[in-house]
Amino acid sequence: MNFDPRFSGRKFTSVGTRPIRPDGVDKVTGRARYGADFNMAGQLVGRVLRSPHAHAKIRKIDTSKAEKLPGVKAVITAADLPDLTDGDAAMYDVLDNCMARGKALYDGHAVAAVAAVDARTARQALKLIEVDYELLPHVTDVDEAMKHSAPLINDAIFTEGLEEKPVKPSNVTKRSQFGHGDVHQGFGHADFIVERSFKTEQTHQGYIEPHACVASVSSDGTADLWVCTQGHFVYRQHCAQLLGMEASKLRVTSSEIGGGFGGKTHVWAEPVALALSRKAGRPVKLVMTRDEVFRASGPTSATSVDVRIGARKDGTITAAEATLRYSCGPYAGSWAEIGAMTAFACYRLDNVKTVGYEVLVNRPKTAAYRAPSAPMAAFAVESAVDELAKEVGMDPVEFRIRNAAQEGTRSSYGPVYGPIGIGPTLEAAKSHPHMKAPLGKNQGRGMACGFWFNFGGQTCTDLNIGMDGSVSLAVGTVDVGGSRASLSLVAAEELGIAYEQVKAIVADTSSLGYNDMTDGSRGTFSSSMATISAARNAIKILRERAAQMWDISVDDVVWENGHAIAKGEKHGNLGRLSLKEIAVASGKTGGPIAGHSELVADGAGVSFATHICDIEVDPETGATRVLRYTVVQDAGKAVHPTYVEGQYQGGAAQGIGWALNEEYIYGKDGRLQNPGFLDYRIPVCSDLPMIDTQILEIPNPNHPYGVRGVGETSIVPPLAAIANAVSNAAGVRMTHIPMSPPRILAAIEAKRAG
Amino acid sequence: MAGVAVSTTINGDHVEYLCQPDETLLDVLRDRLGLTGAKEGCGTGDCGACSIILDDRLVCSCLVLGAEAEGRRVETIEGMAHGDKLHPLQQKFLEHAALQCGICTPGFLIAAKDLLAKNPDPTEEEIRFGLAGNLCRCTGYDKIVRAVQDAASVMKGA
Amino acid sequence: MVEVTLWGSLGAAAGGKNKVEIEAKDIRELFRKLAEQYPGLEPLIDRGIAVAIDGTIYRDTWSKELPEGSEIFLLPRLAGG
Repeated sequence: MNFDPRFSGRKFTSVGTRPIRPDGVDKVTGRARYGADFNMAGQLVGRVLRSPHAHAKIRKIDTSKAEKLPGVKAVITAADLPDLTDGDAAMYDVLDNCMARGKALYDGHAVAAVAAVDARTARQALKLIEVDYELLPHVTDVDEAMKHSAPLINDAIFTEGLEEKPVKPSNVTKRSQFGHGDVHQGFGHADFIVERSFKTEQTHQGYIEPHACVASVSSDGTADLWVCTQGHFVYRQHCAQLLGMEASKLRVTSSEIGGGFGGKTHVWAEPVALALSRKAGRPVKLVMTRDEVFRASGPTSATSVDVRIGARKDGTITAAEATLRYSCGPYAGSWAEIGAMTAFACYRLDNVKTVGYEVLVNRPKTAAYRAPSAPMAAFAVESAVDELAKEVGMDPVEFRIRNAAQEGTRSSYGPVYGPIGIGPTLEAAKSHPHMKAPLGKNQGRGMACGFWFNFGGQTCTDLNIGMDGSVSLAVGTVDVGGSRASLSLVAAEELGIAYEQVKAIVADTSSLGYNDMTDGSRGTFSSSMATISAARNAIKILRERAAQMWDISVDDVVWENGHAIAKGEKHGNLGRLSLKEIAVASGKTGGPIAGHSELVADGAGVSFATHICDIEVDPETGATRVLRYTVVQDAGKAVHPTYVEGQYQGGAAQGIGWALNEEYIYGKDGRLQNPGFLDYRIPVCSDLPMIDTQILEIPNPNHPYGVRGVGETSIVPPLAAIANAVSNAAGVRMTHIPMSPPRILAAIEAKRAG
Repeated sequence: MAGVAVSTTINGDHVEYLCQPDETLLDVLRDRLGLTGAKEGCGTGDCGACSIILDDRLVCSCLVLGAEAEGRRVETIEGMAHGDKLHPLQQKFLEHAALQCGICTPGFLIAAKDLLAKNPDPTEEEIRFGLAGNLCRCTGYDKIVRAVQDAASVMKGA
Repeated sequence: MVEVTLWGSLGAAAGGKNKVEIEAKDIRELFRKLAEQYPGLEPLIDRGIAVAIDGTIYRDTWSKELPEGSEIFLLPRLAGG
């Protein structure tokens, strides 16, 4: 199939409008079905027993008493999930994370699970499972874990990425490095150098819907899985691999998803539910509690970052360097690597070097969280950039504009940029009225930039035209933020019909070819490309059918504004045929009309944003208030601008929570002390002002409509923007996220004490 | 454990059910009565996704026992629209795109309905504090506040 | 002949080189020849590598051609939220 994905610069009719979403009515009436809203006849209740210890050897698990409890239909341990990963280290870690194999590696690590007739019996059964633990020393802090004296979490880990393989194991799984030029020389040319260390605490994606699934395995080896996920095809693959099933016999249906933000890209409970169902011979519903969500799913990395940036008197950055240490939980990851790639991506640098260290700790396995790893790196870099601008004596926006990357700049992670939006977002911020608004006492303004790559990936879409001319669009990327609306707009645009004529659904894994997850801001980018391709294939058939109806050559038929038109003087008397008219006749002209598309969407456009915020700090208590917040971001092309605004606002709000409140707090015993929304406080309505947005549209040359991803970049600048605002308001540089009142107060008092 | 027989009114309909003494009203609604519009986001009264109105009072149904509904009036999201006519709040949430994933939406709508019943002309600040018991992780609340403001002005005019 | 730049950790697996010259017409041939000439790279290629051609990032598109004189960058495959 020859599909040309290049940007065509066309004028739009549907794309760029703001219709009501197709899943809206179900969501405002309570009818939409999420993970926990589905039930099967005869289903059992699944519950998971979790380690209360941060690090412990599991000597023995005795499940006999639990098995004898009336109403218990299955009890499983790691023994029921044999290792079928065949040397695939990453999948082995997933398996081990689903059910501890020999060692519990964090507070909350699953060690056993039961399926019983009701929740009460299941809970009782968990209490009857006897686990004999041998406690091991633990480490939860990222800097502590790097010390030579730290307890070793996995003695088979020898740091990768070093010139020579280390002789001893450590908690550092990998070192990665990016950059170009010669930073030593660059710093030699600097008139001013800022050097600082920063820390960020671990946060959770905080989706309001806990993980939930219903698994049903039949004795013939077929199975169904209903689950809230960002990627049901990926879940199918992973579950099939871990359970030794054939992927095609496992049908996975994605429910409505109650928030994911990266946290629903990984399996946890699903293989356990399938194993329970297989053993019990009945469907099993497994829903995590909020406590389990915090202790065992998510979270993002805790980090420790050193930054050094130098500039000449004229404000040109001469060298930039960062060392980034990211916690991965107890399994190898590539989180610092991403941080090291993104850290300086906003800038045009001759000399840049970043080094990342992946660090094991006794905390839950790190999961992606919206532009994973980028916000922490941006916090450190953008804080230092602000400080450097002050040293140089330049306005922070002017300083950034002077050093901003542009088309042709070699990015800090390697490739040369095409057309990009960092400069325009900075210019827009500079001229935004927010920048000139007056500030009161104890108030400070901050701004910061952010970058995210955006992904494409494997995508498969079906477009079926009904006999009445209505169009059903089946996509395989889960709708996390309104993509059914945006993809319907794209189908309507390409076919030349009304938005209301299109109905988009997310198809299950048995109805459509494989699709990668909705992650990396790829949902609308990739699936719109596949939808355009499918629509073009359908148009080809529509033209053929029109040619048949007219009995002329298909070469004389063109498609315009939802109609087939016979071109050329010899067909001058033929009226145009609508999509509906062609569809109505389809039974006589060759049967159903459909367009199919399978492709790898490449060339996702990188995305940049600039945020501005005003914060008031109470110098007596360290409490903060967000007074005003503005997001400027490049969307490439906003397919449904209201939902693009929603992504900008939502990402900003998550970043505000991260900057000011949210953190995992571990006790000396290695246990998580705040696994609930009362003590892990995400922003509520009264914490925030309206969040102003400005959408810029710098077309992505690799998408027919110029679309870039929009979902993730908005969480990248807030940590730094707020840190800069708080630092300006309080008169003291804040280097530790979250800037909770005690941390701010301590910083103010330390400054007062001199 | 012996079940408790409960006779109550839900969305105007007389309903009878048996529940366990320690069973929450949320579990009764969802698991026994098939009213899954109220969601469990936390089970500890912190997220508001399970909000219902119990005798004109906004409550988290995860903090109420099923047995406590005896002889009382329960309003859930399923009773908010009149037939196929959406409540103005529901309509405005759609028009303002005040929902993304939608899991918190039933709770917000119930809380907003309760707020406007008690204060038909709230300021932005009153809306923000009135809805502070409901968590939303997707929207940043901006469009939710605007939808409630718009619904309030429509309802005043009606 | 194309010049391929390897990011830091990949370079370590290719005997400390950060630039290599490869005669390859598309991504498939590039991966095959890299694995032949630098066996240390094979497991990393199997695990997943992204290829940036003149700034545009491709993942698994074997058939993607490498234009003569184009800038080729090998990058780690990323996770997203």
